[in-house]
Amino acid sequence: MAGAVTVFSKEDVKRPKHSTEHPVVQWLLIGLALLFLALVVLLPLASVFVEALRKGVGVYIDALTEPDALSALKLTLIVALIAVPANTIFGVAAAWAISKFKFRGKNFLITLIDLPFAVSPVIAGLIYMLMFGAQGFFGPWLSDNGIQIMFAVPGIVLATIFVTVPFVARELIPLMQAQGVQEEEAASVLGAKGWSIFWRVTLPNIKWGLLYGVILSNARAMGEFGAVSVVSGHIRGQTNTLPLHVEILYNEYQFSASFAVASLLVMLAVVTLIVKAIVERKSSSH
Amino acid sequence: MKGSNNKKVLPGFGISLGFTLFYLSLIVLIPLAGIFFKSFELTWAEFWAAVTNPRVLASYRISFGSALWAGLINAVFGLLIAWVLVRYRFPGKKLIDSLVDIPFALPTAVAGIALTTIYAKSGWIGSLLDPLGIKIAYTQAGITIALIFIGLPFVVRTVQPVLQDFEREMEDAAATLGAYRFRTFRKVILPELMPALLTGFALAFARGIGEYGSVVFISGNMPMKTEIAPLLIMTKLEQYDYAGATAIAAVMLIVSFILLLIINLLQWRMQRKAAANA
Repeated sequence: MAGAVTVFSKEDVKRPKHSTEHPVVQWLLIGLALLFLALVVLLPLASVFVEALRKGVGVYIDALTEPDALSALKLTLIVALIAVPANTIFGVAAAWAISKFKFRGKNFLITLIDLPFAVSPVIAGLIYMLMFGAQGFFGPWLSDNGIQIMFAVPGIVLATIFVTVPFVARELIPLMQAQGVQEEEAASVLGAKGWSIFWRVTLPNIKWGLLYGVILSNARAMGEFGAVSVVSGHIRGQTNTLPLHVEILYNEYQFSASFAVASLLVMLAVVTLIVKAIVERKSSSH
Repeated sequence: MKGSNNKKVLPGFGISLGFTLFYLSLIVLIPLAGIFFKSFELTWAEFWAAVTNPRVLASYRISFGSALWAGLINAVFGLLIAWVLVRYRFPGKKLIDSLVDIPFALPTAVAGIALTTIYAKSGWIGSLLDPLGIKIAYTQAGITIALIFIGLPFVVRTVQPVLQDFEREMEDAAATLGAYRFRTFRKVILPELMPALLTGFALAFARGIGEYGSVVFISGNMPMKTEIAPLLIMTKLEQYDYAGATAIAAVMLIVSFILLLIINLLQWRMQRKAAANA
């Protein structure tokens, strides 16, 4: 067989008896997996649109265009516009240091970057309350100088940044570690300087992973609920983000309006996953 | 790492590491340390009283218990889904694979209201279960369902790559030696998958104990019965009981740190093993 060019896909190769499942067992397992996914993931997703349109398209559009919804949308966009670039710069810097150099305590640093994943979002809000709230460590000084962080936009931005710190870094670190340092070293030997090495050599190699990291942290930034809920103060039209607006409408029994706003966030999630699929295709074709 | 003395060749080590440490300290480490500083304002007796109050203990039991159940159920079904996605061929597989990531990308509050609507008495699934006397929304079962939703991708996405790289020769060898399929699975495949499965379980569990957004809607929030620990922190904050809120948070943080440590140890072991096999 040596030199034969016949290509077998892995599944086509004849396997010994007992080394795969009987087709009936296979279909049973597939059915069970699909049933579980339908009950836990698909039905909730579908229900958002069904509930949102239950009272008709008119109510749906009204819910999305009333002033409170628009101001929540605006605040959500502002918060994401600050939090995502900040964490992108952090993620690139952290990945550069971790993947291109050797130093002690690297694994510990990676664990620290992961820390926000393990902390409850409510605690993420609480820590900023303890720092900047009226009874917080800096509270008296802030109020003397007329600076408001809690129950205002800066607090919401800070809590959102905390929750989304790891995403870009976590996407880039394994990618850049796998790529090694040869290309950058070659560029450096040929005379390229710091930024031009990054822009011309590193960035083209990591752009798809970076894009997915940015898109995912954007989805999390726009959708964050627990942390923002602690620090926002829920002032309608002022410190309400889209997820908080969903909550308020839901608690006021305006279910259709609540699900209408929620459907925007579902679309955000779906777009995020479409981008992920594109990124995976692009990076596997390279 | 490839490239021996790269410190001299590549620029930017000082500034990138410096910025990373500065940013992490400012955003994550110093604020988190505040929890422990605030806890020190309490005497030991006050702290102990705050974290062992019956309502607080009940909230820990509900948070940890639900997260444990959700983690176990996810370990079983997450493994099943990863297995089906890696080993079998069926129409719509790509789409199903993407569906697994939905809980990562969907805001938790949206998941919360959607699950509540479906599993409430009048909902699509709740109305089927209600005649059987099974209630899910506003019980601990509801909390567990929300945590299953949140945790599922963690298990699938940690098990899937390991299963993909799995050496099928070992299975074939076991089969050739006469082992039946289930025995091969139990004796050959499962032990190899165990570190990944444990990591996925620990990630889902860690995420579950802190989860707030998806749970508050479906839980009903009854003290002693369906009140999770993060919600109790929220309630204490609304009553300006900062010390009480912080004490509960400190206990949860310590558990999270321990879990994170275990997860990282498991992942280093998996990486070393993968490197040894390569």
